[in-house]
Amino acid sequence: MKMITTYITALAFLFLTSCKKEKTDIQPGDKGELTVEFDNVVGAQNLQLNTATYTNAAGEPYKITMLNYYISNIVLVAADGSRYTVPKDSSYFLIKEEDVATQEVTLKDIPAGDYKGIEFVIGVDSLKNTAAVGERTGCLDPAAGGSGMYWTWNSGYIFLKMEGTSDVATSADKKFRYHIGGFGGYSSATINNIKKVSLTAAGTDVAKVRKNKTTPPTFHLMADASKVLNGTTNVSIAANTTVMFATYSVNIANNYASMFTIDHIHND
Amino acid sequence: MIQSGPVKAVMVITGMVLLAAACTKSKDGAGPTPMPLNIPSNFPALVYDTASNPVTKEGFELGRKLFYDPLLSRNNTISCGSCHIQGSAFTHHGHDVSHGIDDKLGTRNSPPVMNLAWSRFFFWDGGVFNLDLQPIAPIQNPVEMDEQVPNVIMKLKENSTYRKLFKKAFGTEEISSAALFKALSQFMLQCISANSRYDRFVRNEGVQLTNEELEGRTIFQQKCASCHSTDLFTDNDFHNNGLVPSMVNDKGRFLITLNESDLYKFKTPSLRNIAQTAPYMHDGRFYTLMAVLDHYSNGITDSPTLDSRLKTNGIPGIALTAEEKTKLVAFLNTLTDDEFIRDPKLAEQ
Repeated sequence: MKMITTYITALAFLFLTSCKKEKTDIQPGDKGELTVEFDNVVGAQNLQLNTATYTNAAGEPYKITMLNYYISNIVLVAADGSRYTVPKDSSYFLIKEEDVATQEVTLKDIPAGDYKGIEFVIGVDSLKNTAAVGERTGCLDPAAGGSGMYWTWNSGYIFLKMEGTSDVATSADKKFRYHIGGFGGYSSATINNIKKVSLTAAGTDVAKVRKNKTTPPTFHLMADASKVLNGTTNVSIAANTTVMFATYSVNIANNYASMFTIDHIHND
Repeated sequence: MIQSGPVKAVMVITGMVLLAAACTKSKDGAGPTPMPLNIPSNFPALVYDTASNPVTKEGFELGRKLFYDPLLSRNNTISCGSCHIQGSAFTHHGHDVSHGIDDKLGTRNSPPVMNLAWSRFFFWDGGVFNLDLQPIAPIQNPVEMDEQVPNVIMKLKENSTYRKLFKKAFGTEEISSAALFKALSQFMLQCISANSRYDRFVRNEGVQLTNEELEGRTIFQQKCASCHSTDLFTDNDFHNNGLVPSMVNDKGRFLITLNESDLYKFKTPSLRNIAQTAPYMHDGRFYTLMAVLDHYSNGITDSPTLDSRLKTNGIPGIALTAEEKTKLVAFLNTLTDDEFIRDPKLAEQ
């Protein structure tokens, strides 16, 4: 009996200490890292470039050969509702399906805390679209990291680029090309396809950002490429084989605005 | 006043020290030599932000070398200077549209490289709004130079002469796209044309225009200057000037704004050096200035976006007699700037 009492006391002590620890494992000013993983899928399947054949809502078969998109202006939302805006210049990323290294984005110097949501822009904001050439570095350098994601003749970034093949495509090479951009115009108003996304993790899971954590927590996002074609407007590849800087692109941007979800959170 | 020996000696020594210090300064690479733009007194305010890219002798010379270097094209055959020839005020004289790489043809007439520091927009449709971002378009256009800028940077990095020139201009051998574009801008910014007979006349520099030229100027001010305004002879804006769309059906500014009110509008070109830059219009359809004036008097086609100033009492066209046209051409010829088109500083070295 005495042993049991001791055991219970020990357990209670452990429990209490662990509670105490939980409350004090964040010191004021602590900072840590958070990873955001962009996992491109098509419906319930992992995206397979070049090989897998998918079917869109219009009933047309297609393969995807390229999927690139910009993510920028990231804001993290804590469980208590407070928000942390990632500094602008550490907040531009180009995700490419063909380059695995681009699919995990690690945000540094994040105030320690429990995060359950993320907001970002699909694309590049208008200020960066009109910035001086010296301020366009890394993935925003139209002549290096951002090459192929920039309209040279109509200055502006391509926010999302999806290309592929389909038997119903009307182009000579049977390729469809969706190059979606448009930041609203420099001096005269034109299409604005800047899309803000606000995601919250389901359930009670939170990403615990802590100082000196060996493996940072991860928001595992899924980006459903089928939603580029399916949504408010079901895009027919036969009817719209090529969509670039044109008013129809607004339909595609409205579709892909809902392609992201937080699938789950890893904390180790 | 007679100076004593020791004072003189001190002065000489001070002078030597200063000189030595000056030498050391430049040897240490205290930076490139400033080469500020020479701003003509009859021009409006500068548009380009020179503070973001101060022009220097070294940057300008590097830009000039790049401008004339076919290395910027896919197969090293076409340079910027191929279609922008100095003697034609940096246009492609005699070509309605230019032939680029592999003799492929574009759809628009090569515009002059001049007074770009005062330009708010580039290209006939104004799709590019910053001079530093302009060169990417011709370099990467499949019918112009058909090269990728990352390849250009690679070719430049392999070239020890360029590495040295970039270091002299920008302080580092690390050749970035920003440095490449800034150097090209520095050359283009220095392409200032402001010494025509007209300029010397309006600046009272001892040049008198003939009566015919002065009468032409008066007609110009009444009938042309609302679009071809200021001493840049452009309002930097876009207008539909009543050209019948060609087979190409180039929709002009609409391609940039997707706004139907911009259909078939093109940027007002400057008229400086106009005698040197035939053929005329965005697609080079008119070979002579008289053909252009005939268009404005008799050839204007009405359409929903036609500029209202090109109608007289609801009828398309600007009233111009044959005599007025002759006087206008005489005036336009005063805008030729021989100094600019022969300036050895702007020529391929």
